[in-house]
Amino acid sequence: MEDMIHMDRAMSTQQDIKISARNVQVYYGDTHAIKDVSVEIDDKTVTAFIGPSGCGKSTFLRCINRMNDTIDIARVTGDIRIDNEDIYDPKVDPVQLRAKVGMVFQKPNPFPKSIYDNVAYGPKIHGLARNKADLDEIVEKSLRKAALWNEAKDRLDAPGTGLSGGQQQRLCIARAIATAPEVLLMDEPCSALDPIATAQVEELIDELRQSFSVVIVTHSMQQAARVSQKTAFFHLGNLVEYDDTDKIFTNPQDPRTESYISGRIG
Amino acid sequence: MQSLTTPLFLIFALAVIGYYLAKSRAMQVAGGDIRGLVSLPHQHALNTALATVVPPTAAVLLFALYGRFADTGPSWLFTLVIMGLGVTGFALSLIGIKTNSRARIFAERWILGLLIFASSIAVMTTIGIVFSMLFETFNFFGQYDWRDFFFSLTWSPNFRGNSDLGIIPLLWGTLYVSFIALVFAVPVGLFAAIYLSEYASPRMRSIAKPAIEVLAGIPTIVYGLFALITVGPLLRDYFAEPMGLGQSASSVMTAGLVMGIMLIPFVSSLSDDIINAVPQAMRDGSLGLGATPSETIRQVVIPAALPGIVGAILLAASRAIGETMIVVLGAGAAARLSLNPFEAMTTVTVKIVSQLTGDTDFASPETLVAFALGLTLFVITLGLNVFALYIVRKYREQYE
Repeated sequence: MEDMIHMDRAMSTQQDIKISARNVQVYYGDTHAIKDVSVEIDDKTVTAFIGPSGCGKSTFLRCINRMNDTIDIARVTGDIRIDNEDIYDPKVDPVQLRAKVGMVFQKPNPFPKSIYDNVAYGPKIHGLARNKADLDEIVEKSLRKAALWNEAKDRLDAPGTGLSGGQQQRLCIARAIATAPEVLLMDEPCSALDPIATAQVEELIDELRQSFSVVIVTHSMQQAARVSQKTAFFHLGNLVEYDDTDKIFTNPQDPRTESYISGRIG
Repeated sequence: MQSLTTPLFLIFALAVIGYYLAKSRAMQVAGGDIRGLVSLPHQHALNTALATVVPPTAAVLLFALYGRFADTGPSWLFTLVIMGLGVTGFALSLIGIKTNSRARIFAERWILGLLIFASSIAVMTTIGIVFSMLFETFNFFGQYDWRDFFFSLTWSPNFRGNSDLGIIPLLWGTLYVSFIALVFAVPVGLFAAIYLSEYASPRMRSIAKPAIEVLAGIPTIVYGLFALITVGPLLRDYFAEPMGLGQSASSVMTAGLVMGIMLIPFVSSLSDDIINAVPQAMRDGSLGLGATPSETIRQVVIPAALPGIVGAILLAASRAIGETMIVVLGAGAAARLSLNPFEAMTTVTVKIVSQLTGDTDFASPETLVAFALGLTLFVITLGLNVFALYIVRKYREQYE
């Protein structure tokens, strides 16, 4: 019931709602991984999902671009809308949806291709570039946005797998934004990175907010506090609390949230 | 003639006795408390058993290798020597058991020696094969001009002398048959592997994969029969004769197709394992960008798996080049230089067999040519393997 109150408050703000989920349930075989989650995510905002391991935050994230479809035993019910379009409608092609909803994974996973081809991969597949010059421009713009251009511009033909961990993750971010998505999902993008690379990626996330709606799953509460405007706290498959980040960290309404952010559970 | 069976048997018996003696002696020395021992009783036991067995066995193998037993068998003296070696090892290691003796390290050394011996057998055998072929090949080139062998375009052996022994028609047949086999097997095997690893449900996979691998277990002579009675006539009646390309049931095409079927499981099984080894994160990354499954496979999974797939293909090529039975029954035995795939041709391996069967001595060029052919084949497959290793290593560096 309390969830609903917070949601009403979120809706009453002036920002546009990009993603709206209602009564989402996810089952992995017999396991009920996500229990009746409803949430509304604003456009041009960084929204953080926090919570202890196994609480379902990554699972919920993967519902938003239907990556759970690739897991045979996963079953999703409920209603998720992006720009008021039901993404689980049978008429929706998950392939097209994923072009609109980009994703960055926990572990950097550059393809075994050159840096250039890694970034050009999405635009080529979706036919976003009419010619080589167009493609060059998209690649450069994406690498610049991902703050990797200066390091990579002289070695675009070098394999992407030869970069350092932090550079690889920024390459993956460049790759994701090259397809011009509207939403960017990030599943613990900094968990494999050192503090310096983490700082770079966080700075980048803040800049990306200008163009996209960013949803980030993180284990680190400090990170959530640093980068996000809105925070959702998940616990055991439930969405416990969802509110402005400041509010969650200074004045949480639910005792479980308070226990978690003060380090007593999770 | 003196057999070595009895002395060797005695030595083994002594080793077994030594094993238990050493164990109890070690306990005795320790006064029943094994914490007083530097090495444990079973390590002493292992040390004694190996010290008893290994030196005499090594001596026997060494002498056998030098061919000392060729005429007379081992002498009494030799038998005595190896018995002595065994007893000495037995006695020395038993006497050497003290609380602070380092049998642990000695036992490890014996075992290391055994492992090195086992791996050197493989290497030595390869070298032995090459040398035995090399000597006979030298004999052959002493009697037959090497230029005629490598560059002559005719193969017509004649056991009364005056033979034409040019390798080119045979090599052409080998390469032509292998080429057709690979053209058939590589796409089919690769597509099957892609289906099995990327699309098939676990249940389907658990049925289909073993079913395909059954193909690998069929003896090649059975494939040969299949080529002879089914594929050959079929190709002749429906393709060769209507198109006016020949009346022969034995043809390069027949042998190539059947050999291709034989190679499918090699390509598919190895490629399947390799494709499965590509991390799921790669697929997720590609799918997450909005690529379709087939785009993901073509542009991400296959390139990542390419070095392994190339290795699988070259392995299949080596098999194809060395294959004999399917060619004998499928392609015939006529050495011919022709581009027509419906004509009978033959391969290097088939001719090796036919030159060495029958009542011949190893002195005429007609029989010795078999060794030159064998060596040529060996060099070709070796080259292929080296090339495969090079490819695999080159791409692995790039994708690491």
